[in-house]
Amino acid sequence: MSKQEQHWEKTRGLLFITLAIWFVFSIGIFLFGAEMQESSIKPFGYPLTYWFTCQGSLAIFVILIFWFAGRQEKIDDEFGFTEREGDQ
Amino acid sequence: MIKGKFIDNLPKIYGIYTGGFLVFIILMSIAEQAGMSKELIGIFFVSFTVLIYALIGWLSRTLQSDAYYVAGRQVPTVFNGMATAADWMSGASFVAMAGGIYFKGYGYMALLVGWTGGYVLVAALLAPYLRKFGCYTVPDFIGTRYGGNLARFCAVLVLTLASFTYVTAQINATGRIASVALDIPFNIAVYVGLASILMCSMLGGMRAVTWTQVAQYIVLIIAYLLPVFWISNNIGAGFFPHFMLADEVARIAELEGQFGFVKNSAADMATVPKGLAQITKAHSAVNATPWAFISLAICMMAGTASLPHVMMRYFTTPSVRTARRSVGWSLFFIFLLYSSAPMLATLSKISLMDPNLATGIIGKSIAEVQALDWYQNWNQAKLMFVSDFNGNGLLELEEFFMKGDAVVLATPEIAGLPYVISGLVAAGGMAAAMSTADGLVLAISNALSHDIYYKIINPKAETAKRLIVARILLVLIGFAGATIAALEINDILGSVIWAFDFAMSGLFFPLVLGVWWKRANAAGAVAGMLLGLASGTAYLIWVHFMGGAGFLGITASTFGLVGASVSLVAMIVVSLITEAPDSATQKMVDDVRVPSGKTILGKQ
Repeated sequence: MSKQEQHWEKTRGLLFITLAIWFVFSIGIFLFGAEMQESSIKPFGYPLTYWFTCQGSLAIFVILIFWFAGRQEKIDDEFGFTEREGDQ
Repeated sequence: MIKGKFIDNLPKIYGIYTGGFLVFIILMSIAEQAGMSKELIGIFFVSFTVLIYALIGWLSRTLQSDAYYVAGRQVPTVFNGMATAADWMSGASFVAMAGGIYFKGYGYMALLVGWTGGYVLVAALLAPYLRKFGCYTVPDFIGTRYGGNLARFCAVLVLTLASFTYVTAQINATGRIASVALDIPFNIAVYVGLASILMCSMLGGMRAVTWTQVAQYIVLIIAYLLPVFWISNNIGAGFFPHFMLADEVARIAELEGQFGFVKNSAADMATVPKGLAQITKAHSAVNATPWAFISLAICMMAGTASLPHVMMRYFTTPSVRTARRSVGWSLFFIFLLYSSAPMLATLSKISLMDPNLATGIIGKSIAEVQALDWYQNWNQAKLMFVSDFNGNGLLELEEFFMKGDAVVLATPEIAGLPYVISGLVAAGGMAAAMSTADGLVLAISNALSHDIYYKIINPKAETAKRLIVARILLVLIGFAGATIAALEINDILGSVIWAFDFAMSGLFFPLVLGVWWKRANAAGAVAGMLLGLASGTAYLIWVHFMGGAGFLGITASTFGLVGASVSLVAMIVVSLITEAPDSATQKMVDDVRVPSGKTILGKQ
């Protein structure tokens, strides 16, 4: 397998992990909105589902993108595909 | 004070700008104490900020195509994040969102999740790859990746339809705010709004829009957060509302139980001005089915990843790496406002509902409420209404009506804040609507001038001529948008949601598969765009205009699900039954997937 194929394989792996996390917090948990709302876990005292829609999911997405960017940069570095000055 | 190049001095320049704006707010509040009239404060706030944007627009004028189309590809990560946030957060986010949450609660908050979750898709699936491509516009990517003018043309078609639906809503919003703040009739205010929008974008294209959007972000975020924090402290709810409003949320639920959601009779409702509503849904309860919530969130997420005015912001960063990080910053800056919208809705509601607070009006006598200064103002602007339906002389929860927009615009006054805050909020709403309108108008006119005029009609056109065409188109599209906005067809938010569905129907899969599926070819992309757009539009017409029942619980707000599904199937089937893309195209896709090396279009 060429260097480029390996790079793409890893990139695709990272994509699937990222999308899996994204799926859980944008779609998955809201399948159980009513159940979660009754939960005794109350972040900052807010009902759980309400908190996720107001802050929780949103904040997780922000963190997820920065985490994803960091990981992707590592993958690019590993294969020497990081941009250099003058590439553009 | 400022030495060297503009780009190197950005933190300093915008630091001074922010400081200057805060000083301006303080000066205005001193002027208010000294007796300056409300009308004058509003006029000062809106006109001062708009003039600053116009000045930035003029200073950023350019005659180079790289600067005009992609701001010279040198916008630093964090600043591009701010510009994208302003580009993204429209009049709907600023003016209408807290109101929607106020009235509709949980079911509406799917938009919060959708409009943020979409950025994960942008970062992971598209932005870095399109940046590597080195295109000027989104149709530029489609046209080059798939090859052929037909694919390019279809992309322009979807882009124009989606963005135009969106831009009329933004021009409408600028008009509404200008008409309230400057006290002029709406149909004139629309053109005042348009003039402000064009001043920011016409001379400098993307470069001017970038630097005005950063300035607009600063105004809009201050204007949104200041009242939220202020009201929260004022009513003793906590100094940091985001973490401290749990008691208020619980109290609202208690009051809702106490007052009950009484339905008004049809005869009574007929006397209420159009577009105003009373609270009918619980504030924090889960009152939408999982599918209603999730389907709306999915549409907004896929729409986010397909809207060209957002995507093109990531063409302006210096590299692929910065494009990726810039998406994170964009979402961070958006998060600051979106996480505050539910807090504002909570504070607004508790201020009005709680009889223990001085500002509470529910349970007071109707005459007393009608005598309130702010009630009279907003009633006159047709944004508020009370009526004693049950004839007991007291105001019940179901007897108080408000337009969604009023929640953001009127809450500072309701909560007893000085008028200077209301002026600030008007300036913030104006900034939000203008920045989005600028991004959209530019996306449309760039696609028409670059992809239709330059790439299809006249490939030999010189830069100067291309830029003149781009500017003429910009003005024409602006005027067309303003003319339609003046007709006031849809609510601000209605047409915004449609724009996401249109974009998702036609562009989501052709964009994503262009990077992630090498086998996708021109015939498949064209089929995906056209059939997706056509089926989505047909479904919308059927459900919304012909009273159709729809299927699978898909509504006029989520018709993108129909369009995108058809688009995906059509694209895969047609791609597979036609020839695979040639080896040059396959090589191009390979190159897009690697960050290093020259951009694809830079090589040609």
